[in-house]
Amino acid sequence: MIPACPLSALPRGEAVRLDTDPPIAVFHTEDGELYAVDDTCTHQDASLADGWLEGCEVECPLHASRFDLRTGQVDAPPAKLPVRTHGVVVEDGMVHVVPSELPPNLPPGLRTPGRA
Amino acid sequence: MRSVAVVGASLAGLWAARALREQGFDGRLTLIGAEPHRPYDRPPLSKEFLAGTMTEADLALEDAGEDLGAEWRLGVPAAGLTPRGSAGYAVTLGDGTSVAADGVVIATGATARSLPWNLPGVHTLRTLDDARALRADLVPGRRLVVVGAGFVGAEVAATAHSLGLDVTIVEIAPAPSARALGSRMGHALAGLHEDRGVRVLCGVAVRAVTGGDRVDGVLLDDGRSLPADVVLAGIGASPAVGWLAGSGVDLCGDSGDPGGSSGGSGGGVRCDAGGATNLPGVVAVGDCAAWYDPGLGRHHRVEHWTGAVRRPETAARTLLSGGAAEPGAPEPPYLWSDQYGLRVQFAGHAGPADEVTVEEGDVDARSFLAVYRRDGRATAVLAVDRVRPFGRWRRRIEPAGAR
Ligand SMILES: Cc1cc2nc3c(=O)[nH]c(=O)nc-3n(C[C@H](O)[C@H](O)[C@H](O)COP(=O)(O)OP(=O)(O)OC[C@H]3O[C@@H](n4cnc5c(N)ncnc54)[C@H](O)[C@@H]3O)c2cc1C
Ligand code: FES
Repeated sequence: MIPACPLSALPRGEAVRLDTDPPIAVFHTEDGELYAVDDTCTHQDASLADGWLEGCEVECPLHASRFDLRTGQVDAPPAKLPVRTHGVVVEDGMVHVVPSELPPNLPPGLRTPGRA
Repeated sequence: MRSVAVVGASLAGLWAARALREQGFDGRLTLIGAEPHRPYDRPPLSKEFLAGTMTEADLALEDAGEDLGAEWRLGVPAAGLTPRGSAGYAVTLGDGTSVAADGVVIATGATARSLPWNLPGVHTLRTLDDARALRADLVPGRRLVVVGAGFVGAEVAATAHSLGLDVTIVEIAPAPSARALGSRMGHALAGLHEDRGVRVLCGVAVRAVTGGDRVDGVLLDDGRSLPADVVLAGIGASPAVGWLAGSGVDLCGDSGDPGGSSGGSGGGVRCDAGGATNLPGVVAVGDCAAWYDPGLGRHHRVEHWTGAVRRPETAARTLLSGGAAEPGAPEPPYLWSDQYGLRVQFAGHAGPADEVTVEEGDVDARSFLAVYRRDGRATAVLAVDRVRPFGRWRRRIEPAGAR
């Protein structure tokens, strides 16, 4: 488990980016749900934590593909691949991420580990 | 409508074909493209592809296994469009064949303008083939002169610098993108280059490009002479509409875009706010099209990726409804650019008299967000390295005439 931040530091409607490799974005939706996905869009080099959060979807800030934070699925091109999702647990007021064991879908140019 | 020909098989053409299928069009669909390549993405050509971090395969716009049930005529340009009354249209191709269709989507984009000196080592950048040739010429240690500090020129300068070339930019305007962004913000963008030792010479024109077997220099109007091993002409693009001569499709004049954000070349296929041309059953999308913007009160050609992707949905609806569908309010144009690892984003229509305030960050720190205002109304927003607040501001840009 990776500690992310105190829940009190992540208001609804906000996101935080973790400096993991690859980076992970944790979202707190307006409905009070917490979700974590890989921060880098699967299309090109954009940070989803910088995206537009609406319901439990985040719109990529660069080309507007939308990812469902629950499943990682993408709604429409240009992104083609889903974004990897991670588990989130809150313990003693701290948000933690349980990283996925599946391989990430990093965009071209960022596929070599460490470059992300 | 039983058959549609999409002319131009790139970004706007592919998105138009997808939109037609998504909106239920199940007739014969033909995509005609002058380039031999399947649809590919152009923005990386000056960025990751030029830098070598993206491959040709990475540029593909189609999904693996995507099947639009279309006939593809690639590697052959459309040479003419002939109305045939109730029989629709004939699109004649460069190889002498022709494609008959009830509806036509014009999506032929734009062609890079070139300098009048055509020597080996002098490049333009619009196509994959251009990018391959430029990439092969960007050898570390060489001297590159970029003519024109628009976004494509600025990106090539940044990429070439990262590849170890010695780079100089020459711009005729007082600052990069001064016409679109105003001189203060233009100077701010010049700073991105100057920080890294890339020279930016503004307010001066190119008199000649010199050389024998190969380019060796660029002579400026003020008498200066710059040694050069490679030259890139980044002087904009003109709408690829020559093939429409004699078709009866109305075009805009060259001054169609005074003070807009598109780099200002004007021209293009004259369309209403839903993408319809003056000919029934013919719509136009992407860089070749100048749609009427009701807020601006004029036609405006948008030359950015997002416009080429967003408008085909509206144009497909216009085409399939025979013009009966009401187009929604136009979105403000949006573009992004990547230079030296910084993300530059701009949305809206900035006017020369707009007041510009830095709302966040610091111009000198190369991380800021600036808002353009006219009569108290936010008309445009520019951000460097401020992606998240930009997304919020972009949604607050008011279309001209909104109140
Ligand atoms: C190097 C570069 C970098 C860019 N970077 C950015 C960026 O960072 N951000 C951004 O917002 N925008 C960027 N753009 C702009 C963006 O790529 C264009 O807005 C977009 O490609 C427009 O799509 P389009 O389909 O209208 O035109 P095009 O992409 O130009 O496609 C038109 C197609 O039609 C074909 N064609 C032309 N004439 C004919 C004919 N007679 N018959 C058949 N086919 C024909 C052409 O060969 C071409 O394949 C960049 C452009 C370039 C060149
Ligand atoms: S980078 Fe996210 S959709 Fe393109």
